[in-house]
Order: sequence, then structure tokens, then C-alpha cells
Amino acid sequence: MTIKYKEVYVHETSTVVGPYEKKGPLNKYFDVAYDDLYAKEKSWEKAEVQYLNNSINVLLKKIKKTTQDIDLFISGDLLNQITASSKVASNLQIPFLGVYSACGTWVEAIIIASNMLDANQAQRIICSTSSHNLSAEKQFRNPTEYGGPKPKTATFTATGGSSMYLSNEKSNIRIESSTIGKVVDLNQTDVFNMGAIMAPAAADTINKHLRDTKRQPNYYDLILTGDLGLYGKKILIDYINEEHNIDISKNYNDCGIMLYDLKKQKQVNAGGSGPVCSALVVNGLIIDKLRKKEFKKILLVATGALFSPTFLFQKTSIPAIAHAISLELVE
Amino acid sequence: MQKKEYDKLVKKHKPNEKKFLNIVKAFSIGGTIGIIGHALLEFYVNTLEVTSKDAATLVIITLVFFASLFTALGFFDNWVSFGRAGFIIPITGFAHGMTSAAIEYRGEGLITGIGSNIFKLTGSVILYGIVSAYIFGLIRFLLFGG
Repeated sequence: MTIKYKEVYVHETSTVVGPYEKKGPLNKYFDVAYDDLYAKEKSWEKAEVQYLNNSINVLLKKIKKTTQDIDLFISGDLLNQITASSKVASNLQIPFLGVYSACGTWVEAIIIASNMLDANQAQRIICSTSSHNLSAEKQFRNPTEYGGPKPKTATFTATGGSSMYLSNEKSNIRIESSTIGKVVDLNQTDVFNMGAIMAPAAADTINKHLRDTKRQPNYYDLILTGDLGLYGKKILIDYINEEHNIDISKNYNDCGIMLYDLKKQKQVNAGGSGPVCSALVVNGLIIDKLRKKEFKKILLVATGALFSPTFLFQKTSIPAIAHAISLELVE
Repeated sequence: MQKKEYDKLVKKHKPNEKKFLNIVKAFSIGGTIGIIGHALLEFYVNTLEVTSKDAATLVIITLVFFASLFTALGFFDNWVSFGRAGFIIPITGFAHGMTSAAIEYRGEGLITGIGSNIFKLTGSVILYGIVSAYIFGLIRFLLFGG
């Protein structure tokens, strides 16, 4: 399902990152970088709340507004029952919608916001997301001090909080359209190969978006997935070519690969993941490139693996989803 | 694309793990821990003059103590990631799994945190260790009379 928008604009973004992201190649695009994964809190979960909360404080300062000026706050994260977002929403006292699409959460939030702004149901919306490497590790995998080995296809949950301020008042970047994806399940079960789980969902959404809008891949300066990682990226290029006869190899990249230096930062294996990964790359790097007119049209396809450890232990396959938004420079 | 064809595509892009290197690492690191264990056994028997049965228990306690201490000091997870099965298979892996769980859940209370979660990773080692000890003990008793 593809929806076109007339009056949805991106005004400002904010990015708050942890130590691993600070050491990555995009550090100069980030607003705040913590050296401490605890962010002076007592648990990983509380630290994640701190990261997310700080991203909103930074954003409000940038747009010179207070919480009372904002109509709606849409946010989601990986913690059980999206508690990081709920905690932040409790501090903010702005009407709140909590959303979840795993690593595609943030784009889901933007799609909801765009629809409401275009229908003039709201004028000022903040869309946020967060993830924390160690709170995710604790919840989905093993205790954080446990050093069990991981295969090369494993991805590394990014740490940070990131927010975007959207409004139907004019600015120089707009959300042009969105495509809501459907859940795709090709019977994959390997949690250490998330790229393989999510690549078919990304392919399905990209195909749907291009057909609905009657565009070719080269319409976009960059097609960006978040976050298939190094091997998922290779799978997607092959899969979308075979299945839908679409060649994206010339103008395609993945946020998980861009966030870290894969050669130097060996611990990230196949690249970054987590809902904040694509948000950090877009809100840091891509928005900057759009403003500098280096890019004019971007298709962001955020993918999510929709699983819980419980279902995994019950030996069910992992379904995946992908949502897309098209970002355009307003000339 | 059929699910089977997709599996083939996934397999095509799967990088090779360095299996031979991992085996060599595991053999040499696990072997070194074995040598340290035996040196400790000799030390307890010859220098401290305890019985070899008690010395074996003391060796286990020593290795568990150091693996737990190193985990708590925060660098043992890097050793385990590097040495893999070399550290995981000996008793050091058990100690590391137990201590890392205890550290992780200490903030959630003594009962609901540490108490409920300390054996999260290693509970199966204890359970199936005891069950198999019982079964093999029974077999030994029935066949050889104890």
C-alpha cells in the first residue's frame, strides 16, 4: 500500500549515540556522543531511556519549542512492551502513540505521523526511537558479560536515541510518499543471520513501492535499507533481481554497514542493527546530504525481524516486515 | 521464489567460519587449562599434602574462582570470544556463564534477580549433570556392585 503526501515536511532531527557509534565513520554527524554505555544510570534499560530522552531534549532545543507545542509523540523500541518509549513519554506529557516493527519501528512512526499531518489532524509531531546494545543483548540473547562466540553473519545492536520533528509547515525536505509493507516469512530461523530473514521483506516492499509509483530504481539517488548488514545486502541484491527483475546494485546501500567501520570495528560482525541504526544514519548523514543538495531523492526501507525468544525456542520461523518512506529535497 | 531456493541463496552468501583455526585455538587453550589443572592437582597433593580426591575438588574450586573473578573484572568475555570452546568446555565456561548471569541480574533484586537468574545459562549443566550421574551410578552399581 503506497500513500502520497502533499504537505509533510522534515524540520529537524537529533542523534544521541554511544561509544561504539562514536568510534564509527559517522561521528561528525551526531549531536551527542556518550562514552559511557550506562549514561550514568544504574541499568542498561535506564540508560536507554536516558539516550532517548536526551535526543528529544536536543531536538526541542533545535526547534526552539517546548513539549506543549508538540501535538503528538510517536515512538518505539526493542525493550519488552516498548518500555523505553513509554518511560520517556511519561516524562514528556505529550499525547503518545507507541509503535513496534522491530528495527523498522521508526519508519512505521513516520508513516503514521505523515498520514496525520497530511490529513491536518495534527501540525507538529515528534517521531523517535532508541535501542541499546546491551539491553537488547540481555533481552534477546545472553547476559552481557557472557562472551559466547558469534558467527560473522551476526549483527550488532546500535546504541542511541534519535528523533525527527515533522510538521505540515514548509521546510526544504519533505516526505513524498510511503509504502506499508506486508509480513514476509521464508522459513528462516537463524537469529544470527537477520539479514537473510529480512531481505525478502525489503524486496517485497521495494518492488511494491516502485510498481505503485511507476518508478525505476534510478529515480532515487540512493535506496537505503535499515539494516540488513553485509550479507543481507548481498542476498537482497540477488533476490530482488531474480524474484522481481529489479536491479538495485548501482544505487543501494544499507544503514547497518554505514554506521560502523566494519574493517576496524570487528565486534560488529556483519554491521549494525536495532531500530536506532537506520534512524541515526538518516537523521545524521542523509538529512545533512539532502540539505547540502548532494542527494535529492532517497528511498528508506526499514526492515524488522518480528520475533521473540519464546517463539524462537518453540521452533517457529521468524517473520519479517519492511516499511518504506521517500524523502525529497524541496527545490 | 520457493523456500528451498531461498535457502540456497542464503547459503551462497554465508561467509565461511574459520573452523580449522577455531579447532586449533580450542585445542591449545582447553589443553592449557587441563595442564594448569593438573599442575594444581600435583601442587595440592605434593605440597599441601591433601588426598588426591580432595585435591580434585580443590582444583575445580580454584578454576571456578578465577574464571568468576575474571568475569567480574570484565575481561573474561573477551577471552571467551577469542578462545571459544577452549574456555567454554572446561569448568571455566560453567563459572563464566553463572557469574555473567549473576552480574546481569543483580539490579533486579536478590531473589527475583540473582536468585531466579543465576543458573539461566548453566542450569541445564547442573540438571543434566545430576541426572546423568544418577543413571551412570545406577548402571555401575547394577553391573559391578558399586
